[in-house]
Amino acid sequence: MAAIFRPVSISYCRNSMPGYCAVRPANTPRATGPIRFGYIGTVINDAAPQPSPDISPRDSRREGRGRLKILLGAAPGVGKTFKMLRDGADLLRTGRDVVVGIVETHGSAETEALAAPFETIAPRTIASGVDTVAELDLDALLARNPQVALIDDLAHNNVAGGRHPKRWQDIDEIRGAGIDVVTTVNIQHVESLGDIVAGFLRIRILETVPDSVFDDAEIEVVDLPPDELIARLQAGKVYLSDDATRANPHFYSKSNLSALRELALRRAAQTVDRQMLDHLRSTGEGGSFSAGVRLIVAIGDQPGSDNLIRAAKRLADALGAQWTAVSVETPRTASLSPAARATLAASLKLATTLGAAIVTVPAPTVMAGLRAMIIESQATAVVIGKSRRSWWFELRHGSVVDALVRDLDGVAVHVVPATMTARHDDTPVKRPWATRGIAFAAATVTLTTVLAWIVAPFTGPNSIDLLYLLPVIATATLFGLRPSLFASLAAALAYNFFFLLPLYTFTIEDPQNMVTLVVLVIVATVASQLTGRLQREATVGVRMANENAALAAFGQRLAAVSDEAGTARIVCDEVGRLLHVSTILLARKDGKLTIAGANPADVVLDPIDHAAADWAFDRGEPAGRDTTTITASDWQFHPLATSMGVLGVIGVGADHGEPVPSDRRLLFTTLIGQAALAHERLRAEADLRELVALKQRDELRATLLSSIGHDLKTPLTAVVAAAEAMATTQRSPEAALLKSEARRLRRVFDNLVEMTRLETGAAGAGMEATDLVDAIGGAVHDLRADLGGHKLVLDVPASLPLVEADPRMLNHILVNLVGNAAKFSAAGTPITIQGRRTASGVTLAVIDAGPGLPPGGADILFERFTRVTGTDMTGGTGLGLAIVKGFATAMGLGVRAGNRTDGDGAMFALDWPETLLRHGPAADTVGAG
Amino acid sequence: MTAPLLIIDDEPAIRRLVRGALDRAGFAADEASTAADGLAAARRAGCELVLLDLGLPDRDGIELVPLIKAMDRAVIVLTARDTTAEKVSALDLGADDYVVKPFDTEELLARVRAALRRRGAGAGALVTAGAITIDAARHEVHRDGIAISLTRKEFALLAELARFPGRVITHTQLLRSVWGAGHTDDVEYLRVTVRSLRRKLEPDPAQPTLIRNEPGIGYRLMD
Repeated sequence: MAAIFRPVSISYCRNSMPGYCAVRPANTPRATGPIRFGYIGTVINDAAPQPSPDISPRDSRREGRGRLKILLGAAPGVGKTFKMLRDGADLLRTGRDVVVGIVETHGSAETEALAAPFETIAPRTIASGVDTVAELDLDALLARNPQVALIDDLAHNNVAGGRHPKRWQDIDEIRGAGIDVVTTVNIQHVESLGDIVAGFLRIRILETVPDSVFDDAEIEVVDLPPDELIARLQAGKVYLSDDATRANPHFYSKSNLSALRELALRRAAQTVDRQMLDHLRSTGEGGSFSAGVRLIVAIGDQPGSDNLIRAAKRLADALGAQWTAVSVETPRTASLSPAARATLAASLKLATTLGAAIVTVPAPTVMAGLRAMIIESQATAVVIGKSRRSWWFELRHGSVVDALVRDLDGVAVHVVPATMTARHDDTPVKRPWATRGIAFAAATVTLTTVLAWIVAPFTGPNSIDLLYLLPVIATATLFGLRPSLFASLAAALAYNFFFLLPLYTFTIEDPQNMVTLVVLVIVATVASQLTGRLQREATVGVRMANENAALAAFGQRLAAVSDEAGTARIVCDEVGRLLHVSTILLARKDGKLTIAGANPADVVLDPIDHAAADWAFDRGEPAGRDTTTITASDWQFHPLATSMGVLGVIGVGADHGEPVPSDRRLLFTTLIGQAALAHERLRAEADLRELVALKQRDELRATLLSSIGHDLKTPLTAVVAAAEAMATTQRSPEAALLKSEARRLRRVFDNLVEMTRLETGAAGAGMEATDLVDAIGGAVHDLRADLGGHKLVLDVPASLPLVEADPRMLNHILVNLVGNAAKFSAAGTPITIQGRRTASGVTLAVIDAGPGLPPGGADILFERFTRVTGTDMTGGTGLGLAIVKGFATAMGLGVRAGNRTDGDGAMFALDWPETLLRHGPAADTVGAG
Repeated sequence: MTAPLLIIDDEPAIRRLVRGALDRAGFAADEASTAADGLAAARRAGCELVLLDLGLPDRDGIELVPLIKAMDRAVIVLTARDTTAEKVSALDLGADDYVVKPFDTEELLARVRAALRRRGAGAGALVTAGAITIDAARHEVHRDGIAISLTRKEFALLAELARFPGRVITHTQLLRSVWGAGHTDDVEYLRVTVRSLRRKLEPDPAQPTLIRNEPGIGYRLMD
């Protein structure tokens, strides 16, 4: 671990490494000062390493996604594109389907020749200014769906109008579709290395790729020694397209190239390390990786915070730790200038892109907030910036560094020196009423002087000084420090001028009077500090209380409505009111996202806004302005994600700046959560209503069914019995007809009852182990009176495996199939029941020797009430086959109809899949043999 | 003079038709239309077999099954409620057989004859079914006079079926008496053992005639 962090180049060390780190393990005597360590690596682990039982998120994310190979180079010209095409050609030779997504040949004939063997996705050409720009055609590539795509330049920024602003996002979507990607990138584009590279190249890198992209990628360094690269450059073999190289004529200096090369090699090594750790963690093999390290970085409004965040990211990576960026909201931050706020917001955003969780903690002081956060999250390491504030500021506000080191046991504190790239005015906003405070001070001091002038002859000059405390304290209480200092000064001067000897001069004779002046100044300072702090704490408190009250009221209002329109109206009104933004709520209606509510009501969405909303809905991720997707939209859309899936999206828009400032983001997240909950409740209520209605309908049907069963069966039984009695006593043709029709009536009735049971869901399959020999025997017994002279041939080997079946359903199926075969084939012809073990299970077929099915008849055969014309010789409702189909489906069996291939006749077959076979206990285990 | 057969059914039409069919077959029968009347009639000496409808106006017919069995009468259940569970519970309560409405008259007569014959035969030492002779006391089974070797479980199952030849014995009853109370859900055991019994006893195991399956209910030994 320490090896990764050994500072190998001066620039790396200066710009990125924590300057020193201090740690005081628990239960050791308090050190008098910070202990210095050379390397971060020495302070990581005091917990015993233990493999984490769950699979690494990186591994699980890999499933179903295409793999990514990144060819990493130190600088343009090392031959990344060349290597990518060579790799692609190798894949092509092994039979893989490889296409070129986009390759920048820069007119090099050599590169073009290499690209020639590949199918190339035609790039989208977009007019940009005077020339046209060729961009990767993402949709065409996805539609082509190759196995591998070669895509040059991972760090490329897409021209506006694409789906994503960055090419790495395009690649992410391509991999999401299961396509492997080979791509190229130069080391200076790696996000977390931005400040290091900027440090020695003295340029700002605009095209960056988040580190997370590298996490699950295979990284191969395309390496060329600096001397050779410079030689290639001088030979004119390198196309200088990169902004970095254009901007800096000294880019290709040997020292620069060596430093970049070193960075590239180290970054690749780090990814390999990380992947090995992931592997160890997922397999539970030993290994000394750090477990349970939780890292917190404290972010303020200083401009140096970006370096701080990047340093924290590198540290977190090296430790394999989760990390959290904490911003403490103190009374002071409430009065920050807009510039300082923007800096803070940008820092938080950067931390999010680098993979940190963001937390904003309200607290009276930075120290208190950090301490609460560290205890709550059980953090083991804290990264903070070394303040460049004046000693005076630290004296008043306390140094966070010293306080942390003093107060926290067993937490490693890493201090990173801030680099000041720019300095904005971080003084509190000038209060408009400061001048009124001065005026007030002047007026009260004058008044006091007049008053003192009147009472002085009676009391003597020595108690006058106490009177001057009154204007000072009044000003301090009402207007804060500056006016009260002015008041104390004015009071001291007035006292001196009018009441101290020599009178009407500013000279002081008596040293005792000097003390009076000093006391006045101290009283002014202390009083203003105290009241000022009380006031500001009250302000923050009031704001928090307001937000909490608003949230509670929001929840209550939402709970009171139970319709979608009302919920949408309340959500839009409240979000708009609390965050001062336009708000819109969209919900799915008839398969389309439509506006359910808006504030203001006349909001209109452009097609691109709709696209962003659809994206947020489909992917369950934020989209639109200030997100990573469809940033051209004026709106920012957030999904209402619930346990029932995404139920809608909420969009916020503002005329200027961020729709939701970073300090209100927590509130916004809570509001979204509440809105999602309300929608989940609505959906659950609707489902419940539907369920109740369905249940009532089912109950009605069941009642109907049982009354049919009871009320019809009894008379039917009498009819059948009477017909049979007549047939035995009278022996007339009419009596015989009556008997056979009564039997048919009974069969139709049975089928109707079964069909109704099936339709109402009253018949759930109760599967049990069944011997097909048994099942057929039972069905044949039931049918023996209706076979009408057909000869039944049973061809079911006794050695077939047992199958799973509902005995009653299977019996009905067999009775119907055999009855059907008997009905549609001439008397005297054989009906065969054939059972076979097949490769995929067991098949049971009923085969007749009738005319067979007409062409196309098999498809419609199983529809309810379908009768196949042409074969219908004896009539019937056709219900029987629908029941066969219904019962077979309920049991999970396949059912087929067709004509036999070995002669005339139809064949109906049931297929038991392998999963429904029971190979049964061995005969000897049950005591048979 | 009490007739040997008793029909308990609330539908006069059914009673009349069943009674007519029984008459023609040579069986004298009495009628009752309620559970109370039926119980009183069954109690009278001379009654041998009761045809019991389960849908009675004053009481659920299934409650009558054990009461009538306690009077040592054969019971054949007539039911319009043809759910499998109900048939099984009637059989488990001691009913000798069941017939589902609407029924075949011939089927009904056959069941009545079989039930009466079983009563006359009593629990003899020797049971004959087709070509098979089962001697429960001596643990021997013969086919056409030739001894057949069975495993302990196979014999126990066959003997259990042979205790009431022609009568449906439910899966639960068979499993409990052959494998024990812990195996009442292991229908698979039963299937495997029946299969091996058929292989030893039936002339054609693929078209069994000796041990017949009642789908979802049980097995009966054909007599």
